[in-house]
Order: sequence, then structure tokens, then C-alpha cells
Amino acid sequence: MNLRRVTLIALPYLWLLGFFLVPFLIVLKIALSDTAVAIPPYTPTLDLSGGWAAIRDFFGQLDFENFTWLTEDELYWKSYLSSVRIAAISTFITLLVGYPIAYAMAQSPDEWRPTLMMLVILPFWTSFLIRVYAWIGILSNEGFLNQFLLWTGLIDTPLTIMNTTTAVYVGIVYTYLPFMILPIYAALEKLDGSLIEAAEDLGCSRLSAFWLVTLPLSRPGVIAGCFLVFIPALGEFVIPSLLGGSQTLMIGKVLWEEFFSNRDWPVASAVAVVLLLLLIIPIVLFQKNQQRQQEAEQ
Amino acid sequence: MAQSKPQNVFAPWNDPQEKPLIRFQNVTKRFGTFTAIDNLTLDIYRREFFALLGPSGCGKTTMMRMLAGFETPTEGTILIDGVDVGPIPPNKRAVNMMFQSYALFPHLTVEDNIAFGLRRDKTDRSSIADRVSEMLRLTRLEKFAKRKPHQISGGQRQRVALARSLAKAPKLLLLDEPLGALDRKLREQTQFELMDIQEKTGTTFVIVTHDQEEAMTVASRVAVMDHGKVIQVDTPAGIYETPNSVYVADFIGDVNIIRGKAHPADGGLIRIHYAEGAEPILATPTQPVAAGQDVAFAIRPEKIVVAWEPDHSRANHARGKIIDIAYLGNISTYHLELPSGQKVSAQMTNARRLARRDFTWDDEVWLSWSDTAGVVLQD
Repeated sequence: MNLRRVTLIALPYLWLLGFFLVPFLIVLKIALSDTAVAIPPYTPTLDLSGGWAAIRDFFGQLDFENFTWLTEDELYWKSYLSSVRIAAISTFITLLVGYPIAYAMAQSPDEWRPTLMMLVILPFWTSFLIRVYAWIGILSNEGFLNQFLLWTGLIDTPLTIMNTTTAVYVGIVYTYLPFMILPIYAALEKLDGSLIEAAEDLGCSRLSAFWLVTLPLSRPGVIAGCFLVFIPALGEFVIPSLLGGSQTLMIGKVLWEEFFSNRDWPVASAVAVVLLLLLIIPIVLFQKNQQRQQEAEQ
Repeated sequence: MAQSKPQNVFAPWNDPQEKPLIRFQNVTKRFGTFTAIDNLTLDIYRREFFALLGPSGCGKTTMMRMLAGFETPTEGTILIDGVDVGPIPPNKRAVNMMFQSYALFPHLTVEDNIAFGLRRDKTDRSSIADRVSEMLRLTRLEKFAKRKPHQISGGQRQRVALARSLAKAPKLLLLDEPLGALDRKLREQTQFELMDIQEKTGTTFVIVTHDQEEAMTVASRVAVMDHGKVIQVDTPAGIYETPNSVYVADFIGDVNIIRGKAHPADGGLIRIHYAEGAEPILATPTQPVAAGQDVAFAIRPEKIVVAWEPDHSRANHARGKIIDIAYLGNISTYHLELPSGQKVSAQMTNARRLARRDFTWDDEVWLSWSDTAGVVLQD
């Protein structure tokens, strides 16, 4: 009995240890190393055959130089800041687009809901990369959007959307919309319709009933949706590198360039470690929210 | 079951001068091809505790939702205080509703739930606070003011819902199966609380219920409904003692229905021939009955006396064999078979202790009842 409980609890911890903590420690170790023209491209490497002296020597060579470097070159903190801004703004836009969709889904007749849910999930059936590429075909100067607008006569010259931050917003909002819709829909669907009727009965207009009852009660869904969009958007690499231009600074892109263009694994690892530390704050807040919600439901 | 109140007190429905608070005028409500309310006309008066009683799907909830403004009649008009409320949305009506599920706002405290309606009216803060504490006192919830709905019991939630719907002092309070979620003991207790609060506040209550006992206990008048129509509107005693149809007689309480042919007798009475060779039943009709007409004689079990000898002070006697006895503590119900094969149940109070009970299974006994004990129904 006791052993079973210990095993049950130990399993997820072992999982975390093996697939999160150990890789993280490796990345941290690389972040504390120096670049080298070698394979792997950094020093020192741990050589256990040298005994205690080699291990002490190994730890002696680790330093925080790369982290200091991140603070010295303004590219990095500007990228972090710009990532946070882009992630926050696109989360907000996703919320503005996603909430009405989730609301409409929750209001729709029961027999429609599985179909609507299916439509929200359907994009996942196509590769994420292909879907982002498809946007190039839509947003570029000769793309469908510009062709359509030119055809309708709304514009005379094609709009430059491709390779701008706007294109990045479009990409992020499009890609992460289902992550916003689903938790909000889940919260709204649970909402007892008689609560709205009660609010109207007590003197609320439709709008104030929404504001005073529907919105507060869907808040856990809104918070969950925002985190589910914000957290991956912050480290997003594919969307800014495919749709964004050179002026779109995002930390995921910087990290990629450090790794593959500069082959500077230690700096890239340091960037990744800081990004992780940045993400821990929203992740912890997200967990808190989930926990509170669970407690409230009991 | 008769009301203990003297008959002279509250009966505005008998006063032709009295204006009804609510008037349904030929109201019909259809959902697609389904007719929920069928050409219904009904008056409800001020300060009444009016019960809509019927099986589920009879249209009682639809009537209530039309009063609250959540549904509009397909045809006909509903007048509240002489005003046609058809175009008035729910939030502009001086009508409040207590929902079956209570519909308490889970994110607000008990206090804020009660204040919710008051705050919508732009009343000043101090008078809202006064009204809220008054409501808390009325429903004995002072201790729970700061709690959230999920932190209190079912009975307390029910009282919060009541307090919230009463807080705006509505002209009319609608209660949709208000006690359905409570267990029996609490329900009975709450019924009396409801009556008490109704008397204290003087609000007109309309209650929807499928529980006939509840309707009988709380209501000043009961409307028995079936298939979108009101079958009978009367006081609980009237409904019980003088049902106008077999449906009402059968729906309220237990009843024996004996069908037969009516023949006139002396003094406006009739004799109902219900079986070959059986002594016809002498009964007092409320409406003229033609000779040879098919009628149903409805008599409540407690109106039949079971004894070893026929009771000659009563007009009707029949022999019966005891088939079954249901001992309920305070009363016993005897299921009997008449020589004609007709099954009848009779109820006697157990004034004596069980050990000294007279009758047992298969005993041949006499049933007696007076000519006014039952009701003659023609349908």
C-alpha cells in the first residue's frame, strides 16, 4: 500500500527529473561554458577518467561570462522585451477574437456544438509549418489578400504586410486561436443559463448581465487561454522567422541564430536559460489559477 | 386538509369589485407545433399565494416564464396591474423570480447576491445596505452574509434565493418549484416559513409545483393544470372537497372513482347504479343530472367508515371484504372488495393501539358513507 503510493507519486517526479531537470542542467552547463572550435563546440567537457582533480578543474572553468554578455549587448534585452510585448499584444488580440467565437459556440444549439468544436480543432490536422507558409501566400505583396483588395478597388498599391511585425501578429493570432477558444468555451459552456435570466430578472440589461455575470464566471477560462497563448508565443521562433522582417526582434529567433548561424552554443544556452526563467513566472501564475479554479469547483 | 382560517378573511376572488393584479386573457403559447398554453384565461389577485399545480409538461412553468418576461404569449395578453406586459422585457418588470436551481451567482457573496438587484436600480449605498440587512434578518441569514453560495447548505441557499428575489420588493414574486431540492423535513418547515414571509411582506406569490401537498399547504388558491389548460381554480379545500372532474379528483390526494348510471331520487338526490344487484349509491349532485346519464362518483377514502355493522346515520352501506391493510401509524388504509368486484379504499384513524385493532385480512365488514360524502362528476 505504502509502496504503491510512493511509486505513484515517484513516477511523475522521475519523468520530470529525466526529461526536464537533466536536460535543463545540461543546457545550464553549456551556458556556463566557453565556445571552442571543436565537437561539441564548447569547453570544458567533463572527463571522469581524470579523477577528482579533473572534476574540480572542470567546475573551475565554468563561469557566468555568457550571462554577463547578455546584459552588455543591448540586442538581447531588447529582444526579450520585444518578445514580451509581441506575445502580450498578440495574446490580447487572440482574446478579442477568441472570446466572441467561444461565446457564439456556447450559445449555439446543442447539436451544432460538436461540429463547431471540430472546426476549431481542424487546423491542427495540417502541419503547423505548412499553415504558416500558407500565410506567406496570403500576405505577400502579390498574395491573395492584396490581389483581392486591388480587385475590389479599395487600394491602389499593394499593402506591405509581409515581413513586418503585423504579419507576426497575424501568424500568432491565427496559430494560437484554438488555445484561446477551447478553455473559454469550456468555461462558458458550464455556465448555467438561469444565472443570466436571474440577472435580467433582477434588472440587468443583456449587456450588463454579460458584464456582471458571464464575464466574471468565464474568467478562469480567459486566464487559462491567455497563458496558453502567451507562454508559447513568448518563445515563438517559426512565425517571426517566416513572416516577420528584420526589424521584428523576438528572442526565439535570436536563439536560433546564435545556435545555427554563429554556432555559439554557450550564448544560445544562456539565452534559453533566461527565457526559461522568464517563462516560469507566467507558468507559476497559470498553475495557481488552475488550482484556484479546482478548489472553487469543489 | 381544509384550511384552518375562518372563511370571512381573505377571498378577493369572490369580490366583484376587486381588480386582479394579474390577468391572463385568452393566452396561447406555442413552441413550434407544440401548444404549451391553450387559450387560457385566469385572474390572480393582490396578496394571493397562488399555486400552479400540474404534472410536468402541463404548461405551468411556461405560464410563470411569461409572467417573468422570458417568454411572450403567441396570442392573447397578460395584464399586470392593468398594463399589458407583452412588450416589457424582464429587467423592466416589477416581477422577481426565484429559480428552481436558485441561480445564485457563484462569484458573489450571499450579501452581494441579495444586493444585486438593488444595485441595478441606482439606489444609494446606505439604503441598499439597510435593505440587505433587513432581508438577511427576514431569512435568518445574518451569520452567512460574507459566505459564497458553495459554502452554505441547500436550505440556506434556498433562503438566499428567496431573499434576493424579495429584496426589490416586487409586486409579484414567482417561485419555480422552490422547495424541490430540499429534503422532506426541511421542505415542510420551509413551506411554513414561506407562508410566514408572504404574510409579512404582503407580496403576491405565484408558486409553480408538481407536489400537490405543497400546493395545498401554502396556497390561498390552486390552479390545477393539464395539457396547457387550467382544469380547476379553487381554494385547497374547494379543490379537495369539490373537484370538478375526475382528473382533478384523481390528481389531488387519493380517491375512489365508481362509475355508474344516475337515476333521480327524492329531494334532488340521485341514485347511482354501478353494478348488477348492488344497492345503488345515494348521492347529492352539484349540477342537474339527466336520468340514465353516465356519471362518476368520487369519494375520498377517509369519508368511508369501516365497521362490523352498517352505520345507520349514513345513507349508503355496502358489504366489503378486506383485501389489504396499509398501516401508516396515524392512519390505516383498508383496501376492500365489494361483492360486485369493485375495489374501494377506506381510511380510518388509528385511535386505538395496534394490539387492539379490530379488523384483519379477509374480514367481512360494512362500509358506510353519507349522501354528501362524495362528489358526482360528469365527464
